[in-house]
Amino acid sequence: MADNLPSEFDVIVIGTGLPESIIAAACSRSGLRVLHVDSRNYYGGNWASFSFSGILSWLKEYQENSDIVNESPTWQEQILENEEAIALSRKDKTIQHVEVFCYASQDLHEDVEEAGALQKNHASVISGNPTEAAHSAYQPSEDESLCTVSCEMPTEQTPSSDQETALEINDVEVTGEKEKRYDDKTHAKSASEEETSENVPIAEDTVLQPKKNRITYSQIIKEGRRFNIDLVSKLLYSRGLLIDLLIKSNVSRYAEFKNITRILAFREGRVEQVPCSRADVFNSKQLTMVEKRMLMKFLTFCMEYEKHPDEYKAYEEITFSEYLKTQKLTPNLQYFVLHSIAMTSETASNTVDGLKATKNFLHCLGRYGNTPFLFPLYGQGELPQCFCRMCAVFGGIYCLRHSVQCLVVDKESRKCKAIIDQFGQRIISKHFLVEDSYFSENTCSHVQYRQISRSVLITDRSVLKTDSDQQISILTVPGEEPGTFAVRVIELCPSTMTCMKGTYLVHLTCTSSKTAREDLEPVVQKLFTPYTETEIENEEVEKPRLLWALYFNMRDSSDISRNSYNDLPSNVYVCSGPDCGLGNDNAVKQAERLFQLICPNEDFCPPPPNPEDIIIDGDSLQSETSEFSVIPEANSETPKESTSLGNPEETSQ
Amino acid sequence: MHGRLKVKTSEEQAEAKRLEREQKLKLYQSATQTVFQKRQAGELDESVLELTSQILGANPDFATLWNCRREVLQRLEAQKSPEELAALVKTELGFLESCLRVNPKSYGTWHHRCWLLGRLPEPNWARELELCARFLEVDERNFHCWDYRRFVATQAAVPPAEELAFTDSLITRNFSNYSSWHYRSCLLPQLHPQPDTGPQGRLPEDVLLKELELVQNAFFTDPNDQSAWFYHRWLLGRADPQDALRCLHVSRDEACLTVSFSRPVLVGSGTETLLLMVDESPLAVEWRTPDGRTRPSHVWLCDLPAASLNDQLPQHTFHVIWTAGEAQKECVLLKGRQEGWCRDSATDAQLFRCELSVEKSTVLQSELESCKELQELEPENKWCLLTIILLMRALDPLLYEKETLQYFQTLKAVDPMRAAYLDDLRSKFLLENSVLKMEYAEVRVLHLGHKDLTVLCHLEQLLLVTHLDLSHNRLRALPPALAALRCLEVLQANDNAIESLDGVTSLPRLQELSLCNNRLRQPAVLQPLAACPRLVLLHLQGNPLCHAVGASEHLAELLPAVNSILT
Repeated sequence: MADNLPSEFDVIVIGTGLPESIIAAACSRSGLRVLHVDSRNYYGGNWASFSFSGILSWLKEYQENSDIVNESPTWQEQILENEEAIALSRKDKTIQHVEVFCYASQDLHEDVEEAGALQKNHASVISGNPTEAAHSAYQPSEDESLCTVSCEMPTEQTPSSDQETALEINDVEVTGEKEKRYDDKTHAKSASEEETSENVPIAEDTVLQPKKNRITYSQIIKEGRRFNIDLVSKLLYSRGLLIDLLIKSNVSRYAEFKNITRILAFREGRVEQVPCSRADVFNSKQLTMVEKRMLMKFLTFCMEYEKHPDEYKAYEEITFSEYLKTQKLTPNLQYFVLHSIAMTSETASNTVDGLKATKNFLHCLGRYGNTPFLFPLYGQGELPQCFCRMCAVFGGIYCLRHSVQCLVVDKESRKCKAIIDQFGQRIISKHFLVEDSYFSENTCSHVQYRQISRSVLITDRSVLKTDSDQQISILTVPGEEPGTFAVRVIELCPSTMTCMKGTYLVHLTCTSSKTAREDLEPVVQKLFTPYTETEIENEEVEKPRLLWALYFNMRDSSDISRNSYNDLPSNVYVCSGPDCGLGNDNAVKQAERLFQLICPNEDFCPPPPNPEDIIIDGDSLQSETSEFSVIPEANSETPKESTSLGNPEETSQ
Repeated sequence: MHGRLKVKTSEEQAEAKRLEREQKLKLYQSATQTVFQKRQAGELDESVLELTSQILGANPDFATLWNCRREVLQRLEAQKSPEELAALVKTELGFLESCLRVNPKSYGTWHHRCWLLGRLPEPNWARELELCARFLEVDERNFHCWDYRRFVATQAAVPPAEELAFTDSLITRNFSNYSSWHYRSCLLPQLHPQPDTGPQGRLPEDVLLKELELVQNAFFTDPNDQSAWFYHRWLLGRADPQDALRCLHVSRDEACLTVSFSRPVLVGSGTETLLLMVDESPLAVEWRTPDGRTRPSHVWLCDLPAASLNDQLPQHTFHVIWTAGEAQKECVLLKGRQEGWCRDSATDAQLFRCELSVEKSTVLQSELESCKELQELEPENKWCLLTIILLMRALDPLLYEKETLQYFQTLKAVDPMRAAYLDDLRSKFLLENSVLKMEYAEVRVLHLGHKDLTVLCHLEQLLLVTHLDLSHNRLRALPPALAALRCLEVLQANDNAIESLDGVTSLPRLQELSLCNNRLRQPAVLQPLAACPRLVLLHLQGNPLCHAVGASEHLAELLPAVNSILT
């Protein structure tokens, strides 16, 4: 099909991350002809979510370092005399320092496969050389191997292998097999053997496991489709730009959301719930009456702090944490406000920034529930796809596993006029949107990228147990030493449709100082304990146990000036990958700004018209009209979790 | 632009919408008409159900149509087999729920559901509770649904503990829920019935303390939310004072017996019965109110025949029995005395503590401390200030008098909208304190001057007062209740803003009345004074009516018995 693509478009979008997908949708909605391509075999780029086997394949791509021979027809000969080419990169260099550890018991079954898993075809163009971090300030040290676990390599696993042993994988530069031990080496081997043999029959019946039973690795593999593991860990602010856009454009109908149920803090070695809404404060057992009043009073002030300049003007020059000390707040409350509500650091932000952040948090409270955040069911990776769907509904054309070899620039006008794709087809367009990772080293040799440290954990229980086991929590762990960054922890329960029953999926994120593992492991150790057999006997184990852990660094290409890229024609626009922030405002702002450059004076993603208002005359009947007939009435239905009144049929039965 | 959708313009849309609405209106009207015709013709069959459901589905507030449906259902009940009827009920319940979803606050719909459930032989109450829970999930303050829930819970005999847990869950979600707090106040006394001897509707102390903690959590979190404060006030209790006869007074001169009740009552045939025994034999008398109006009053009096008052016996005993209130009182008129009385001491705990009651003072004390703590944090919170005042009153009105007045001042400043209410409340408390002090001193003279009073209350407590000074206040009237002061001889009410004197009438012993510097405009307002037989001295200086031409003549004509009228 791909070689039959039309040869002319108005906009070509390369990369299916969130900003690209929003722009594609907006352009398509405004009537432009859009071609949206991604060289990968999945949507979302670094915004994607994967099933468990999906993430294993993703890992494999980054550790398989073979520079795949390009069989594509050469494009050089297609470049005419009055043209020059900007070659695009064939490798994704945005992910580095990938490390995987498995703590769950490996059982004897060697042929475990994800139930119902489809054999995925991986795009051949993707290859990763994780250690070749040309633009990273942080080189991995020599003795660090890149480790990964793969279900396709069972022969390397022995039943008695130590649980905390990460399974080794050959790396191009680091040869030989090395055992990577978790720092805490206190686990008895005999116990693990016992456990392993016990687990064999249990593994047959995975879904109906009583809580007490341990989750084994083969269960995770088998139930792998229950997982939707996000590469970026973000939440939607209830009044953030993305929610507004989802509602306005009616894209919200393609997705479902759940409210984050609680905000947590980690203080003095303990995880506790932060009371932030009125109901939380009322119900809190940890605050005294007077603290309740002080907290509510301060938060109420923050809601409209601009109206009371005399209350904070004098403190504008100092940090927010210093300012909090001047307020009538106990240390406990200061901590909550600083780290869990404003989510700023001790040193970084001044009073006004802190007040602004607090206000924003509070402003979002109560729109959909008692916390300010929403999480998309099935993972953050749903969101780019929702916008792609809208783009397609309005006629956009989609090609995954379709790479672009180069941009063709007209020498005289210095404008880009076409692309040449992997099949050598030249496709003309007026505007070109390219996601940062697609540019070659030549283009971004001067760009200074920051890095995001990420970790994904599968655990067996929540960091803070309550009556309900379906909690979605966000926890901020402030950086310990000056200069280190706060770590954001988001814990997802199975009802978010991102992990299997009996497990929790935990995402850790921070701005990188070192490799992801170096940055995040201290926090992981504070909150979790590696899965061991001995502790299982003791039901009083406080910390959740780790079943599986993944660390990686991701390039943060946000906030990079267009001028940093070399020789970009004016009609080539750069979309950045995910940023480190919690919300999605950056992506939406960027999308809207770029859209305005392409379509000045056009409304950005206006609501789709009412189906009955669409005039269909035979002549202009297009393929998408059938799509329209299924669009329900346009209304500003909010993306609220569908907890509305049940229908009468239900109860009258 | 290429590929752009063609959509109707806003004019086209508006036109399409208008046509659609016109069509809807036509259908609605014709259906309504048909229903009314059929009803008139007595054709109450299933077609009426069908037609009304079309209309009610769109507008569930059409009460007449619900009545129609009830008539049809009643008729069908007689005609249908049980199976057919069950199917009918099932449809009706489903239909009702869909109407509730159109308007969850429709009186008619909820009422119809009540009616229907009440008629079913085996209603499924569990499902109804579930329905309530779902509607309250969406709007936890829908009082229609709360009403219905209470109905269902009563019918299904849901244990109060379960319902209490339900209110817990809703309060946890959002404590600004008056209905939920109110339901608690109904459920808790059921859950913890007090022994018969104790005050009704009160809670055991451990339960009370738990509730107080809960409600404190609410008002410390949001002191501006009034639902919690109301519940707090309920918890601390408004004791219904027991029915009692407060005072009996018998006067030889006026040949009159006066009775003061603990609450306003209406004495007479067919209402409250009051029996009078004079020297242990019943005496039939005519009871009347001091101001002559037949309506509930604290004070009732009757004329006594000369035989009951003669001086031949060493004493006469007057025994009054209030049958309904199960109360009685006796007083003695000794030979040679002009009057005799018997009254409860105003120092008795119950007399004035009607706002917050008789809980243990330790509980009240600790509540007062919490409120003061909150007040320090929220110096301008009116609910907190008011509660402090009420708590202080309940604890010790005299000890806290000065503090209370300061709080009133603050409260008035922060809540100017309710200044007049607060003035009246303050006046009431001051009057109560004065009465208490008077009691301690055992005098019949009461000084209420310079107190900024705006209203007079508890006048029934002043039955025995002979001298009353109300000068330098902000009174605008001497109210009808003043007529209860049967012993009053001298009344000073200078320097007020008095415009009317309705209460200064038929005061049998009033001799001297001072009304200088008030706002009496017309001589006619002095008309009630004509009914005071002993009034001889009247001070009217500084009133507008003094400047009227011929005022003195007019007054002399109006009050011929008054010796000197000073203008």
